[in-house]
This record gives sequence, C-alpha cells and structure tokens, in this order.
Amino acid sequence: MINATEEKNSYLSSFNEFESSAAAKGHSWLDSIRRAAMGRFTEIGFPTTRLEEWKHTSVSPIAGIPFKLADGKPNGLTPAHVSEYTFGEVECCQLVFLNGRYSPGLSSLKSLPRGIRAKSLAAALAADRDLVEPHLARHAAYNRNAFTALNTAFIADGAFVFLPPGTILKEMIHLLFLSAGDSETVVSHPRNLIVLGAGSQATVVESYIGLKPGQYFTNAVTEIVAGSDSVLDHYKLQRESGRAFHVATLQARQDRNSSVASHSISLGGALVRNDINMVLDAEGCQASLNGLYVTDGKQHTDNHTVIDHAKPHCESRELYKGILNGKSTGVFNGKIIVRQDAQKTNAKQTNKNLLLSEEALVNTAPQLEIFADDVKCTHGATIGRLNDDELFYLRSRGIGEESARTLLTYAFASDILGAMKVKPIQCQIDLVLLNRLTQR
Amino acid sequence: MLEIRNLRVRVEGNEILHGINLSVRQGEVHAIMGPNGSGKSTLAKVLAGREGYEVLEGRVLYEGKDLLAMAPEIRAREGLFLGFQYPVEIPGVSNMYFLKAALNAIRKHRGLDELDAMDFIVYAKQRMKLVEMEESLINRAVNEGFSGGEKKRNEVFQMAVLEPKLAILDETDSGLDIDALKIVAQGVNAMRGADRAIILVTHYQRLLNHIVPDKVHVLLDGKIVKSGGKDLALELEDKGYGWLDEGAEKHQTVIS
Repeated sequence: MINATEEKNSYLSSFNEFESSAAAKGHSWLDSIRRAAMGRFTEIGFPTTRLEEWKHTSVSPIAGIPFKLADGKPNGLTPAHVSEYTFGEVECCQLVFLNGRYSPGLSSLKSLPRGIRAKSLAAALAADRDLVEPHLARHAAYNRNAFTALNTAFIADGAFVFLPPGTILKEMIHLLFLSAGDSETVVSHPRNLIVLGAGSQATVVESYIGLKPGQYFTNAVTEIVAGSDSVLDHYKLQRESGRAFHVATLQARQDRNSSVASHSISLGGALVRNDINMVLDAEGCQASLNGLYVTDGKQHTDNHTVIDHAKPHCESRELYKGILNGKSTGVFNGKIIVRQDAQKTNAKQTNKNLLLSEEALVNTAPQLEIFADDVKCTHGATIGRLNDDELFYLRSRGIGEESARTLLTYAFASDILGAMKVKPIQCQIDLVLLNRLTQR
Repeated sequence: MLEIRNLRVRVEGNEILHGINLSVRQGEVHAIMGPNGSGKSTLAKVLAGREGYEVLEGRVLYEGKDLLAMAPEIRAREGLFLGFQYPVEIPGVSNMYFLKAALNAIRKHRGLDELDAMDFIVYAKQRMKLVEMEESLINRAVNEGFSGGEKKRNEVFQMAVLEPKLAILDETDSGLDIDALKIVAQGVNAMRGADRAIILVTHYQRLLNHIVPDKVHVLLDGKIVKSGGKDLALELEDKGYGWLDEGAEKHQTVIS
C-alpha cells in the first residue's frame, strides 16, 4: 500500500506543478475536469492484475518509475529528421509533436479548405473553445480507467481535427508523435480530439515513433466524434522504442450511418496496452477494426477492444492478428456488446495468432454480450504456428528456410495490410514489417 | 543422374519403402506405377526432402552427390523438382513473388544474375503458354482458390519456369479431365530434352498415352517388383496389379 501511495504521489506533485504552469492556465472549464480526473486517479490508482481487464497485463513496471512530465523542447531536431516517417504528397498537413508537445518548426501545414481545423489542441483550446468544449473529455471515460484519468488530468496538448458538415478532405492528416528518449525518463500525455461534422470525410494517421532507445512512457488518448453520414479512416502506427511504455485509448462515438475504420498497427514498445472502444450510438453505423501486433524479445502487447452496438441495424467487422516471437507475450480481448435495443446487429470478430517460437505466449478472449434476440454475431480465435506443408512447398522450389519462414509470416499479415486504403501507409508498414521480420 | 540403392524408409513408425533400387539417366522419362498405398508418393517426397521420413537404409546419389544429405532448397537449387500431388494453397503470397524468389534463388546458386521484375514477367508469361495457363493466375495467391486442374497446371508451369534437371511429377494426372490432361501432358512433353530426366509417378496408365515413357516400373508394397518398357504400362492396364502381387512374394530378392 505504501508503494501504491508513492506511485500516486509522484503524479500528484507533477500535477500540482503542472496546474500552476503556463500550459494549464486560462481554461477554467477544463480546470475542473482536470482536477476531477486527478481526483479519480488518486482514488483508483494504477490497475492491478486482480482486475479482470488487466488480468494478463501487469503495469507495475510503469507504476514503479517516477516519470517526469515531459516538455516539448525541440532537442535540435530538424524537419529532415522526421522525413523518414512522413508520407509525402498524400499529406495535406503534418502536425509533429515532440514528447507530446506541438512543434511548429517540425510541422508542415498546407492551407486547408474553409472551416477545417487541423491544429494543436493547445491552440484550439485558445481559439476554438466553442468547438472543443462540447466534446473534449466527454467521451473517453476517466472514471474507470486510471490511464485515461491521468491523461485527462494532464491535458495540455495533442491534436485537434475538425471537419465542418459536408466537407471532404482527400489528403490525410498526419499526427506524428516523436519521443526523444533522452536520458531522463519522461511521460507524455498526448490528447487528440477528432470531430467529423455530418457528411464529412477524413483520413487521420497517428504515428508514435521512438527516436532513441531510451525509456519513456507515452500515455495517449484520442476521442473521435463521428457525425451522421461521416466517414473516417483512422490509422495508428505504434513504433515506440524497445524500452518504451505505451498506453493508448481510442474512444469513438458514431452517429447515424457513419462509418469508421480503425487500423491499429503495434510494432514497438516494451509494454503496450491499446484500448479501442467504439460506441455505435445510432442506426446504420459501420465500424471496422483492423489490428496487427508484432512482438519479439520480451515485449508485451495487449489489445483490448470493445464494440458497443447500442442501436439497431449496425454492422461491425473486426480482424486482429498477432505475430509473436522470442519470449514475448500478447493479449487480445475483444468484447462485442449488443444492447437490448440493437436488433438486426451484424457483428463479426476474428483474432488470429501466429507463434514463431516455443516460448512466445498469447492470451485471446473473444467475448459476446448479447441482449437482443434478432442479431447475427460470430467470433473466433486461433493460435497456430507456421504450416509445415507450406514451408516445405516453398523450400522445395529453392527458397531457403529462413526466407520461407519470413515469407509465410509476412503473408499471415497480408490481409491486415491489404485492408489499408491509403497505399503510401500500406507501403510504409510493409517495409517496416519486412525489416522487422528479416532482422531476426 | 539418379541412383537409388536399397532405399528403406519409415514413416510414423511404419516401414513404407522396403529397399528401392532405381537408376535414371539424363534425358530419360521413367514412369513409376502402382496402386494406392504402394509407396509412390513416399518415394517422391523422400527424394524432395520432406521432413518426417526416416531413411533406415540405402543411398540416393544425384549427379554423384548424396541427395539425402541436402536440405530441400539445396536439392531444388541443384535442379530437382517435385510436382506435388496436392499443391499447397498459400494465402497472402502471390504466385509471381513466390516464383520469382524461387527462380532467383536457383539462379544465384548457379552463378547466374537474378532477374528483375520486368524480365521475370516476360519470361513467366512466355512459359505460361506452355500449359495454356490464364495470365491472371500469376497475380493471385499461390494456388488459393485454384481448381484442381489449375493447381496441376501451375505445378507444370513452375517446372517450366525453374527448368529442373530432374523432375518428379507426383500424380500430376489425378483429378484432371481429358482436356486438362492433354494440356498438362503437352507441357511436360515440351520440357522433355536430352539434358533433363523426368519421373512420372502415377496410378493410371492414361497419362502414359500422352507422355510416352522410356521405362516403366511397378511399385508394390514398397518394392519395385517389375521394370520394363512402355508396353508394361499397357499390360498393367489390361491385367491390373494383382498378377504382380503374387509374383512379388516369390521373387522378392530377384527383382531389383
């Protein structure tokens, strides 16, 4: 118990310092939310493995380190340093964040069609309060999740994306979160808000990149509000450094006939937890969740997804795949809730895992909670190894054993990559994945 | 080119091949015939290097080298090819990528330059014509969703691309209708040449109407019980395998 108090104390003193800093000043409506969130964090503390939701993921390595709140000093980085993580022509704008703080010098903004906002949350808090206040911290629940509570307590910066009704943005918005991974062990709490007006369409990419092999903690929360008939293609590419901790929540609320696709690719980090919560809150919504996690060494990656079918006639498709090597561990927990009201729900969930070593381990738990009676729901999970017949077939044609293994492993992930509509993103992940798989 | 001497092989605790002797020279086409369960496919797989087959006794020399000591990919690079009885579907790997990787591994082994994507496509398309394969199949995943006939054509197409010195075609005729059989046979015949040996493993004689072998061997219960010319196949068609079975008991040590 003493330890638990100490863990909280370090965040509490950071919070007191943060509250009096310039970054937190000037938004009294937000102050009360921050304080309530901090209060909630001190009540519940970090989750333990006694909690069902955290049964297979111990966060004691995170809780045990007194992380210092990161600042956003540019550390001598220039736009050339970030070029390898960008997508070039297909970007309409790239917002770069260093240790969670917006870095104007590294960002590149093209002029946006009238009314569309793609800017730092700090700037939006100052200039667009009327657009931000109705949504920020209204969707991602901080009363149940300690990490969301911490993120909310430290809301200062991140990205704000807003599309007015009827606007269509063809190019993507790229949010690039760089962690310097310097000598100090720092925590950043990026907070993103994406609001799509009725009938609008956008593609948003969040990249989380570790620049150096240091130890740090990224604790991110993204809230998505998808208006009626809106279409969002969302990508999250997690490539933190090997010693980093990464905890992230994606919370989406969908309105009538909206369509949200989430692609979550998790490659880096020592200890990673992704929570993706979709609320299909009106009729005719479509949600598609694609996920890929690749682990090696002693990495631990946990994906928890919840698709809440709250209203009738909605459709959800979920495919998560894991490739686990070395002594790494993975968790997939996918819950589909079909509320009593949500008749004619059509939900399909699949989780497939490929174990490349004897010692790799994965826990998979698909869950259906169905309260309606006229629904179509299927789920399934598999854990397997590379197929000997396939390996032999490739080798019998002259392909070496290592290459054959790499090829089959890569092929296992191909439908996740194939589901990515934006080809330059697909290509980047393709390349990173191939490098990862051939590095062994 | 290929010398099999007294090969005894065990699979999952059961001895399947009880001492095979076979000698194949460059340029020859051999047919190995036999009923189901006689050990035909076991022989083909052992030669290609499938794991799980325990060699109890005997040797296999390929161009004077110890074939059984080579990894499957080395055998392929040295010029051995197995046409599978049941070609494997590999979702997510395109035929084109797969074959290009295979061809380049073989070319590299032989000290040749690797082909780039453009050169490979030109070469592959020309080879596809041999088996009248639809061009779109090359962009599909390996054998995924292919019909039985398309899979077998794909095997012969792969053989045509990789240009092996010794091709072992395991039941390449099974599951083919007569038109498909003719096309596959035509592809195999086009590959016949003075510097290439082919072993056809088959249950039925009908393939041999289209690909005429130089030698025919009968495999029964893990042993070659009779060898002869192309007429032996016709005799088998006529009489079945039964008459050899009895003979096998008596002459076990004589025939080799």
